[in-house]
Amino acid sequence: MNELQFLTWTRGPGLDIAVGIFLLGVLWRLIEIYTLGRKKDLAAPRHTAGASGLHTVFRRSLPPPGMLKRSPVSYIGGYIFHIGLAIIVFLGAPHILLIKNLVGLSWPALPSQFIGLAAVVTMAAMVVMLADRINKPVKRFLSTFEDWFTWAVTFLPVLTGWMATQHLLLPYTQMLALHILSAEILLVVLPFSKLFHGFTLFGSRWYNGRVNGHKGVPV
Amino acid sequence: MQGPLIDTLARRGVTRRTFLKYCATLASMMALPPTAGRAMAEAMSAARRPSVIWLPFQECTGCTESITRSHSPTIEGMIFDMISLDYQETLMAAAGHQAEEALHTAMKDNAGKYLLIVDGSIPLGQDGAYSCIGGRSNVDILKEAAQGAAAVIAVGSCASFGGIPKANPNPTGAVSVSDLVKDKPIVNIPGCPPIPVVMTGVLAHYLTFGSLPELDDKGRPKSFYGDTIHDRCYRRPFYDQGKFAKTFDDEGARQGWCLFELGCKGPVTHNACATVKWNGGTSWPVESGHGCLGCSEPDFWDGGSFYKALSAPADPLKFAAVAAVVGAGAGVAVSVANRVKKSAAKATHETTTLADLEK
Repeated sequence: MNELQFLTWTRGPGLDIAVGIFLLGVLWRLIEIYTLGRKKDLAAPRHTAGASGLHTVFRRSLPPPGMLKRSPVSYIGGYIFHIGLAIIVFLGAPHILLIKNLVGLSWPALPSQFIGLAAVVTMAAMVVMLADRINKPVKRFLSTFEDWFTWAVTFLPVLTGWMATQHLLLPYTQMLALHILSAEILLVVLPFSKLFHGFTLFGSRWYNGRVNGHKGVPV
Repeated sequence: MQGPLIDTLARRGVTRRTFLKYCATLASMMALPPTAGRAMAEAMSAARRPSVIWLPFQECTGCTESITRSHSPTIEGMIFDMISLDYQETLMAAAGHQAEEALHTAMKDNAGKYLLIVDGSIPLGQDGAYSCIGGRSNVDILKEAAQGAAAVIAVGSCASFGGIPKANPNPTGAVSVSDLVKDKPIVNIPGCPPIPVVMTGVLAHYLTFGSLPELDDKGRPKSFYGDTIHDRCYRRPFYDQGKFAKTFDDEGARQGWCLFELGCKGPVTHNACATVKWNGGTSWPVESGHGCLGCSEPDFWDGGSFYKALSAPADPLKFAAVAAVVGAGAGVAVSVANRVKKSAAKATHETTTLADLEK
């Protein structure tokens, strides 16, 4: 298999398989989670200002008092790389084109140099966060294989995409094929790992906020 | 043709100055030092006239057309005067047995010294019966001719990589020259067709230095195939700015914006079109408003639609709908199982009273 055949495979059957597994996993898990249901709380609801699902969705996006000082890397680095990923995935011209081809929606793109800058900043933030995870004894103790694995699976598409556009290490064709392959691995891993938080994040925050709001506790 | 090449060129109205300029341009295109232009001019005008045998196999004659007619009347065409083209079916006057005799005479007289040019792929299916010349299969002729060759030049994508005849499902079992010839130096000059100056550049290099130019991992001269079309494209700034033509006749297309979204394969195609251009430097595909097809890359024919962007799926998704249904089905099944478990637990639940605890 030469590199053009490899690229064509990743753009064809590879993408087909990855999107298939992604859809299967996402629908399976979403339906399973949201049909679990919970016992009805028969206690009379207590009303407190700021205690509701919606409040919690927003409140948990901000660090609780004092936490930003205690672990600045987690908050600042976390924000930077999540926003960076969103910019790269949703505002890079080739990515928009892929989305347009898959679901028919499209919107204007940012210049490729800006996307390149976003990739560098994102990778820097991710590397700092990895170093922090290795350095802090508590974080390291709490880390499992899944944490290291999902970090790598998220990092690789950014790295290979950036290297492809900058013509580093390998010829563009091979690097582009590796980039698409790494993104496909991310698609396959996402529904079955903690990366699924992309789908459950706001739902679970709402749920926690709602349950506690019923008890009159603004969390 | 008799006498030095420079005399012949002079008879055809090509001045010494023009010829020197041509050699200097050729040398600079091949990334050779400035002095090489002069060396080329000297070597070519003195003209040792090496024998060249040109074998056409499963091809469309487009490569020959490209080289002989693109800049007519051309210096490129006249460069053929500096070689002794002893066998070329399209160009030679002889036919039938006379042609075969010319081939065998050239092979015998110049054994070990002639350059073998091949265009077209070689079919291996049905013992090579898909393409025969004078009752002999292409594979037989190639093996015999390659034995006595100093080097083999595979002209065009078919000879270099199998090209269109090798496209899926490859009914004739077509292969490239390098699939069959293993013990001779081979230069691949892919393209459908290849750029004339690339071919004459390789010939001039061979005549001047007695060796073949530096090649990349696919056997292509690095000086011509070192960069991608995309990297050398004059529309590249529009790519970087995110300005794309969406259709072939929209405002973007009229403004000359990037053709990436219309399926241009420039980013993955190594060739010199963007710098050398075609038809005497007049234009080239992207300049005329059409994206690059990627014709100088192996198996370009099977690389998905010419009109689909590189970042778009090569084929329509086949599993997505089925996978979504299976996923939803699995979700519903698991949720039903969970509910059954929950109601079973509820049904078997026994209420504990104070009396029970005091037992």
